[in-house]
Formats: sequence, structure tokens, C-alpha cells
Amino acid sequence: MAAGCGGDQSTLNPQSRQSGDIATLWWWMLVAACIVFGGSLGLILLGWVRRRQGGLPVLGQNEAVSQRLVVLFGILIPIVVLVAVFIVGNFALMPVTKAPAEGSTRMTIEVTGRQWFWDVRYPGARAVTANEIHIPVKTRVNVVARTADVIHSFWVPRLNRKIDMIPGRTNRVLLYADKVGVYRGQCAEFCGAQHAHMAMKVFADPPERFRAWLRDMAAPRRTPTTASQRLGERVFLNEACAHCHTIRGTPADGTVGPDLTHLASRTSLAANTIPNRRGYLGGWILDPQHVKPGNRMPAIDLKGPEFQAVLDYLQSLR
Amino acid sequence: MTTIPTTVTGHARVERLERIWKERPGLVGWLTTTDHKRIGILFLFTSLVFFLAGGVEALLIRTQLAAPNQRVLDPETYNQIFTMHGVTMIFFFVIPISIGAFGNYLLPLMIGARDLAFPRLNMLSFWLFLGSGVFVYVGLFIGQGPSAGWFDYVPLANKTYSPNHGIDFYAYGLMFNAMSSTATAINLIVTTFKLRAPGMSLNRMPLFCYAFLAVSFALVFALPTLTASLIFLELDRQLGFHFYDVAQGGSALLWQHLFWLFGHPEVYIIILPAFGIATTIIPTFVRRRMVAYPLVALAELLVAFIGFGVWAHHMFATGLSTSTAIYFAAASMVVVIPSAIQIFAWIVTMVTGTPEFKTPLLFIVGFILFFIIGGLTGIMFAAIPFDQQLTDTYFVVAHFHFIIFGAAVFPILGGLFFWFPKLTGRMYHEPTGKVSFWMTFWGTALTFFPMHILGLLGMPRRDYTYPDGMGWGAINLSETIGAFILAAGLLLIVGNLLVSYFRGPLAGHDPWGAPTLEWAVPSPPPNFNFAVIPAVSSPYPMWDPEDRETDVAKLNRGELVLEQGHETPASTVQDGVFDEVLEMPSESWWPLVIGLALTATFTMLLLSHWVTAGVFAGAGALAVMAWHSTEPQES
Repeated sequence: MAAGCGGDQSTLNPQSRQSGDIATLWWWMLVAACIVFGGSLGLILLGWVRRRQGGLPVLGQNEAVSQRLVVLFGILIPIVVLVAVFIVGNFALMPVTKAPAEGSTRMTIEVTGRQWFWDVRYPGARAVTANEIHIPVKTRVNVVARTADVIHSFWVPRLNRKIDMIPGRTNRVLLYADKVGVYRGQCAEFCGAQHAHMAMKVFADPPERFRAWLRDMAAPRRTPTTASQRLGERVFLNEACAHCHTIRGTPADGTVGPDLTHLASRTSLAANTIPNRRGYLGGWILDPQHVKPGNRMPAIDLKGPEFQAVLDYLQSLR
Repeated sequence: MTTIPTTVTGHARVERLERIWKERPGLVGWLTTTDHKRIGILFLFTSLVFFLAGGVEALLIRTQLAAPNQRVLDPETYNQIFTMHGVTMIFFFVIPISIGAFGNYLLPLMIGARDLAFPRLNMLSFWLFLGSGVFVYVGLFIGQGPSAGWFDYVPLANKTYSPNHGIDFYAYGLMFNAMSSTATAINLIVTTFKLRAPGMSLNRMPLFCYAFLAVSFALVFALPTLTASLIFLELDRQLGFHFYDVAQGGSALLWQHLFWLFGHPEVYIIILPAFGIATTIIPTFVRRRMVAYPLVALAELLVAFIGFGVWAHHMFATGLSTSTAIYFAAASMVVVIPSAIQIFAWIVTMVTGTPEFKTPLLFIVGFILFFIIGGLTGIMFAAIPFDQQLTDTYFVVAHFHFIIFGAAVFPILGGLFFWFPKLTGRMYHEPTGKVSFWMTFWGTALTFFPMHILGLLGMPRRDYTYPDGMGWGAINLSETIGAFILAAGLLLIVGNLLVSYFRGPLAGHDPWGAPTLEWAVPSPPPNFNFAVIPAVSSPYPMWDPEDRETDVAKLNRGELVLEQGHETPASTVQDGVFDEVLEMPSESWWPLVIGLALTATFTMLLLSHWVTAGVFAGAGALAVMAWHSTEPQES
């Protein structure tokens, strides 16, 4: 994974115009802030240097002059600075980062926050996945942000600002990536016990790779091909798993947990908490509360061949 | 200082005042007192205990976050701890120590009064504060602390997502606490308006009093919104109402609007007492009057007023309409100006004066620097896209800790040093005081400054842990080290003051040559504060020596001594002209009785024993009647 300067969730390592403009605004505001702070510190130091002499240098002890200085530093200069920040920050930048109107982009993705994962749907393509969002590079994507339970906030800092997911409301945010790559995002509004482990990845793919991926995601699950995989599917459907998870193409249609139809195509598990490898997957199934205490998944008591069969099955869901 | 000696009859009058104002000795005295100074000391020590609790919680948070993927605290415990840290520091430390300790103890002394306007209500404020604090902490100690953050957003705080009693402890505890703060605020407003020494017209009132007047008004208007939002929450949780239930036509955003309509004025409530303390300490050590007194007084009031119009800037990421967001961004920028006026009034006063950098002034300089940093990052958040990028990250945590810790608490620490001689009659140890300043200063900087960088690097707040390889580990570790340096600095302050209480040299009545009237009376002050109600002709009465001589002459003549009863004079609101002599109530058990009845009421509400709760509330109401029936009549 591309971990550029300052890690892979840094607002200072933007990969889109939106995040880039916000970062530029930050650097300019930092410069202005340093000047104001430096000036104030300089005045205080002047007070320290002249601690034995009253009055101002040159101007002396003059109340009217002192009052005018307060008006200058406390009213006039702040007004200039504030108006500048206000105009640049709000009038110049808001059109860049504002929510795209419905139907204003060629592509729309519906992301629903849940305790504690992201449900991702591609309307029109019937593709469903979780926690790993693929988008075509250099394409404006309208993310429709909703929640199924408490308030969450959708945030991929290197691509754009965040947007809260609020019950009963539909919010939107633009996703756009300049370059092919993987961009980490994370829930930014406190949402309960496992708020810390509600991360996601956005994959900006070349258009043809994206289209192939979307076709794969829209399809039902791959039919099991080995005896072990078939056993695994039966166990999955008979155990608690199917109550909470959906695997399209099977009777499993639970909605408490993420859609697992193409689980094996994802790089991570438990909302980007652990890698999607056989050992981690097994550990997660047997004791999910160890990995992510308080999450909604109960431990599944599977043993020997049945456990291996479920792992074989889940790993076949590409 | 005075040249006229007190005559024998003058001394006799003072002795008579001592007899009249004497309170019961020992523990009973502390339980029934109506003396604003003793109640102020009760507030001081109780809020410092809560500061200790909030500080321990902060160190637990910092220990958990010192390195990636730690398991010092489990997620549920961490969430309870960070929630309680916020609740404690705001409701049980900063507000009570500001208005309950500093306001209570100092305000009557600064305006030349003998007590607050409603001394028994004052005592009740303390019992309500203590009761509510214990109430909330019982929740934490039985493992049912609130865990939805101090902001307590619904639906997370609903019964569905927070089924145990944690949120109930929070909601009832804060309603309970709001009663205390409201009572203190009303008391301070009436006292400031009516009990000023004759001669102290509004334009001669110390700036400290303007700050506390502004805070009190802000509290009286902000707290009802909080109380209403909490009542709605409990109706939802306990009786199945649907104020915040989207599925039944309620609104989750309603909570956010109500909460921040209280919560943002709250920020100014926290910071304004600090302004007041700064405008008292600076003239003292700079040896000159504040520059631009009228502008500063106006700015203090304006901050509190404009602070009510900016609440939705906490909600820029919720998808507000553009015009709404723009309005709140603009209002948030306007509120910068009165703050900037005060900052530069302090700085220009220091530059044009002859500052003596003793410990209290050092803390004020630290405060000014931290307040500028926190203010500048605050301005950045009024650029809406920047807010939407950095809100709910450690950048915000950095911003508001520079305000709430750096700017609000540093003057409190400076104030502790400054008024320590007045409270105890002894001086603290100056070199140790300076060392403790530099430790807390650099501890604060090292704890909170790197949080800006952490937020820019994308670390969200309120996460109980974070993964490896994000570039966040080293920064978090440095913050944790800073937090422990800060804690050591704070302990050194406690140690200094504790040792000085027993061993410090005697301070005398006015060790600093300070300008306000609390320094006119002995240290510690007698029960009746002033032997004679002082003459006032400027906001810096102690720098008017002829007025202090007038006081001695008046004592000798028996003018405005009021040694015939438990009395203090009232004056007119605006011009401070003598109005009438007020008979002040004596000590009483009733505030304690009502405090206990209300504690029982809230406990029963928590347990859903509605009838029993009603019985206790009724008992409290009866006690209020009894309270008035024993009011001393005309003497």
C-alpha cells in the first residue's frame, strides 16, 4: 500500500483537487497565524525587555495612543485577516468541496454506516460490498451517505472533506482521485465501542479494471467447486452466520453484518482491522470479541473439519 | 498606608461586628455557613478534587494512546473515561472553581459587600454541586459511567444503543448540576447589580466583575437549553417519547442544535472568568491601569452575547445548507473581535507598564500565548471546508485544549497563586512557583501542540486505539510524556501551596499593592469582610489612598459601619447610589436538607421510582417554605 509522506490518511498528502485546495488553504492560514503569533509574542517580549521603563518606545506614556493601538491590533487588523480568511475559505473553496447535487455525476455510490462497518452499494450495477470502495480514477463520484443506526462520518482525508451520516437524512460528498492508488478512510464521528475500528479503503482503479471489478461484484457468489467448499456453505447456512450475513446466490440474507458474497476479493476484515488471510479469518470467526471487543459478531463454535470447510468456502468467495 | 488612626470607638465597632457576624464553630459551622468566603473555599476544594479525578482520567487516556494497539483500557472503559474527563473538567471543575470559588469568594470583596445577595441560596448551590458530582461519579464507580462522550449525541445515547444507566447518570447529573450553576449565577448577578458599595457606579466597577457578570448572564440563558435537551432525552429513554427518534418523526439533529446552543456559550462561560482574572492580575504586576477599560468591559459582555449566535459551527459536517453554514461561519468570526480587543488590551497594558514577572503574571503570559494559538486555530475552523476536513480530528482536540486548558485554566492557576495570600494570610514560595509555571507551560505545550500535527495527519478523535504504520505513534508518545510533565507541574503547585499554608511568611493585607478592594481587608478577611463599607471613586479603589483614609474616618464616625445587625447596604443598579440597608440571613441547616432531598429525588428518578422521587421533591419544597419562615425579621 502506498504510504506517502506522513502516512496514508494525511490531509497534507492530498490526491485530489478538493483535498489539495484545503491543504493549500491550511498552509496559507498557517503562514498568517505565524505572523500574528510572532507579532504578539514580539510585543510581549518588548514588554519584558522594557520591564523597567513605562510607556512605549518613541511614543512614550500616552493613553490615547495606547487605546488606538488596542483598536488597531484588536479591531482593525483582525477585521482584515478575518475577511480574507472568510472570502478565501468560504467563497472560493466551498464550491470546490461542496456536496454534488443528485444526478450531477456519472457515477453514484451508496455508503451506509453501521456499527462498525461500511455497507457499499453501486446502484444500477447491483454490486454490493463492504469497507472497500472501488472508484474509477479521475472520475467524479457522488457518494450518498446514510446510516442504519447511530451517527457516523464518512471521511477519506486524501480525497475530500468528511460528511456525517445522520439518521433520517441523506448527505452527499464528492469522491475524486487524481491518481490510481489506495486511500485510507475512517469513521470520524464517535459511534460507540468500536469507533476506532471502523476504517475503509478507497481503491482508485484504472477504468477498465474498475469495470471488471464492478461486474464481479454484481454477480452472485461463485458456486462451490470442492467437497470442502460445499460442506462449508452448508455449515454457513445452518449456523448463526446466515442470520446476519448475506451471500447472494444462497438463502443467506442477513443484514446485521457485511455482505460476504465476494469476501475473498477484499484485502482486509472487520472494517480494515485485520488482513484478510486464512489465519486471521479463522481467528475472527472463533473469537471476534478478542479482535474488536463489543462488536456485534458472536463467537462461532466450529470445530475441526467443519471449521476448515467454512474457511475453504469463504476463501473461495472471490 | 493610612495616616488617620482608628479610634477607640472605631475599634469597639469592629468588635461588635465580630460578635454579630460570628458563625458556629467546627464542622457544624462548615455545614450551615452562609459566609461567601467559606462557601467559596468549599467550592474550591471540592472542584480541585474533581480536577484531580479529571486529571487522572486524562493520564489514563494518554497512557492508553502512548503507543499503537495498546490494551491498557478496554474500549468500553476508555469511552467512559474520556466521557467523564470532559464532563468532569467542564461541569465539575472549571465552572465551579470559576464562579463557585473565585466568583463567590472574590466578587463581594471586590465590590465592597459583606456577602452575596442570597447567602443561603449560595450554600444550596454548593450542596447541589457536591450532590451532582457524587451522583455522576457513582455511575462510573459501579461500572455504569456514561460512554457517549460529553456531547452525548443521539441516537448513540438512546436506550437502544446505550441500554445501561450510564446516560441516565449523565443526564440527571447535569440537570442537577445546572441547578447549582444557575443559582450561583443569579446570585452573582443580583450581588453585582445591587450590593456594590455606594459610590461604585457601573463605570467604576472592576473589570473582573464585568467578566463574572457576563458569565452569569450566559449561564442563566444557556443552561435552560441544556436542561430542556436532557429532559427530552430522559423522556425518550425512560417513557418512550420520540423527541430524537427519527423513526417516529423525531430528529437526531435536534439534540445537536439544543446541545450546542448551550455548548457554545458554555465555551465562553469557561473562558470569561479567565479574562476577569487576567484583567485583575495584569494591572497589579504591571503597576498601571488597564488600557481601554470601557472597550474591555464592553468586549467582555459582547463575547457572552455573540457567543449565543455561533452554535452550529460545531455542525459544519452534518450537511447544513450553504447559507446556514455561511451565517454561522461569519458569526464565529465576529466573536473573534471582542476577544482580540481584550488580548491586545492586556498586551499593550504590559508593554506600556513596568511588568514584574512574578508567578501569577507568568501564568497570565502563558494564558495569553495559549489563547492566541487556540484563537488562531479557531479562526481557521471558521473556514468551512477546513472545518469539514479537520473537525473530529486531533486538530480540534488541540484547538480546544489550548482554549480550555491553556486559556481557561492557566489564569485559574495564576489566580490561585495571586489570591493565596488573601485566603491564607501567608505567601507562597516564589522560586518554586516559577519552576511550576515553566513545568506546566512546557507540559501543556508538549501535550497539546503536537495534536495539531496528529489531526493534520488524519487521526480522528475519540478512538480508543490506532493502528501501527500511520505515522501517529511518536507524536502520541510525546503527548503522553508532556501530559506527565504537566501533571508533575500541577503537583508541584499543590505542594508549594500546601507547604506555604503552614510555613509561608505572613502576607499582610496587601502584599502586591493590588488595585481592588479585597486587598483592603485583613488576610484572611474577617466574617463581615469590611469594618466600614468602603468609599469608591474609580475601578482601582486601592490605588486611591484618600478613599482609604475616608474609610478610617467613617469607621471612627460610625458612618456605613452597620454594626447594629447582620447588615449590608444595597445601592442602585447603575449609579451605585446608597439605596437601603439589607438584613442578611443567618446560618441555616435548610440548604443542606434541600440538597439531600434533591439528591434523593434524582437518585429515585434514575431508578424510575417516580412516586418516591415525587415524595422527596415534595420534602425539598416543604424545606424551602421552612427556610423562609425562619428568616430573621426586622431587628
